[in-house]
Amino acid sequence: MFGGWLGASVASYVALILLLILADVCFVFGQMDGKAGVFEILASPELKDSVILTFVSCTVTAILAVLLAVPMGYALSRYRFFGRSLIDAILDIPVILPPLVIGLSLLILFNQFPPLESGASLESSLNWLGIEVTNTKLAVVVAQFTVAAAFAVRAMKLSFDQIDTRTEEVAMSLGASRGRAFFDVVLPRSYKGVLAAGTLAWARALGEFGPILVFAGATRGRTEVLSTSVFLEINTGNIEGAVVISLLMISLAMTTILVVRFVCQKGGEDA
Amino acid sequence: MLKVESLCVESGAFQIGPVSFTIQSGECLGLKGASGSGKTTLMEAICGLRQVASGKISINQREISESTPAERNIGLVPQENVLFPHMRVAAQISYGLRLRKWSNRNTKQRVEEVAEALQIEHLLTRLPNKLSGGEAKRVAIARAIAFRPDLLCLDESFTGMDEATRQAVMETIGRAIEQDKITTLLISHQPQDLECLASACFDLDTPSGS
Repeated sequence: MFGGWLGASVASYVALILLLILADVCFVFGQMDGKAGVFEILASPELKDSVILTFVSCTVTAILAVLLAVPMGYALSRYRFFGRSLIDAILDIPVILPPLVIGLSLLILFNQFPPLESGASLESSLNWLGIEVTNTKLAVVVAQFTVAAAFAVRAMKLSFDQIDTRTEEVAMSLGASRGRAFFDVVLPRSYKGVLAAGTLAWARALGEFGPILVFAGATRGRTEVLSTSVFLEINTGNIEGAVVISLLMISLAMTTILVVRFVCQKGGEDA
Repeated sequence: MLKVESLCVESGAFQIGPVSFTIQSGECLGLKGASGSGKTTLMEAICGLRQVASGKISINQREISESTPAERNIGLVPQENVLFPHMRVAAQISYGLRLRKWSNRNTKQRVEEVAEALQIEHLLTRLPNKLSGGEAKRVAIARAIAFRPDLLCLDESFTGMDEATRQAVMETIGRAIEQDKITTLLISHQPQDLECLASACFDLDTPSGS
């Protein structure tokens, strides 16, 4: 009885996800002119630009998110300090807020803040330094990073929580400073956590849409990433194109996750 | 020489001390007491891994009460197996030496010397997951004595070994302590461990010790 309940819960949800993908595949090959139609969409120059920007922005976001998540996750895992619970709660804001709200908040932060009568803003200050953010490729990364970093920090904290503090203490008793013990003993043991945090940030960035649409816009060939390509195709009534791009996104996400899992498992066997 | 004077350690609502004892250079003091009496907590405080509430700890006339664990030059062998999982045995033993910037030649020589004393020369290229419990414990001891600490702290270091391994490890550690004249603080529940290695005992259950 208990086994049946467990099995049914696993089977039903996995079946739902697979049916979603299967429905997309059936739609593409049922509605379109076979493989030729699919290749025509995949070979379009707009999609090529979108794929490149998606890949580059997701990778940059994942690297930045991991660079932030490693020290922040370690601090939250190991140190007890005033305001720790508040910081932990603040970290959930990007996770629970509607994506459009994040995009809108970024737009206001860069263009209407601080509220000065002179009209000077963070964006205008950056412009003075020759950096443009809003409605540029940089805005895509900023929008993706704002959300993805929260997921990466959570993953890294969990990873550090699972590593016994005793090993660090022994390293310190042998003469290592806390920092040296972290780099010599903790970080090598948490490489799976680093990979998991990076993958999670990459996958999250790939699926990001709301903040990008509001903060970076969806300009063809300029700030278009795969998630906005789907939106643009739907807006122009090209449902088949939208579904083909969706399947491409699913393939990219699945490939990334499988490669990282394979690397993790291989690393585990080697150790 | 280790000198502990009126040392108090707080761990939540639990307080240990005031405790005072002295271990002369090259001697081994057994620390005994019932489970939960705070033996490990006291040892951790001496190693600098816990804050002391009051009192003084000195090693060779150098006060270390406020020093970081790295500055104390103490070799710790904890109760549980805490070898670094990603380092081979030779790297584990040389870790403290590399931190003290020993030359490569001296490091290699010292690793071979300690490995020979603890009869683990054949294990130097292995990873910890390929070691038995007794072998892992010898490696942990080798790692703790390799950098010639001013004090060696052994916390139930012979627990979980079969009798033959236990005897062999006890003898090798006894020889190593004698050879290098290492001042040692030993925690053990086994009276035979204390009889074999310790020249005196301090009982945490008795306020004045014994």
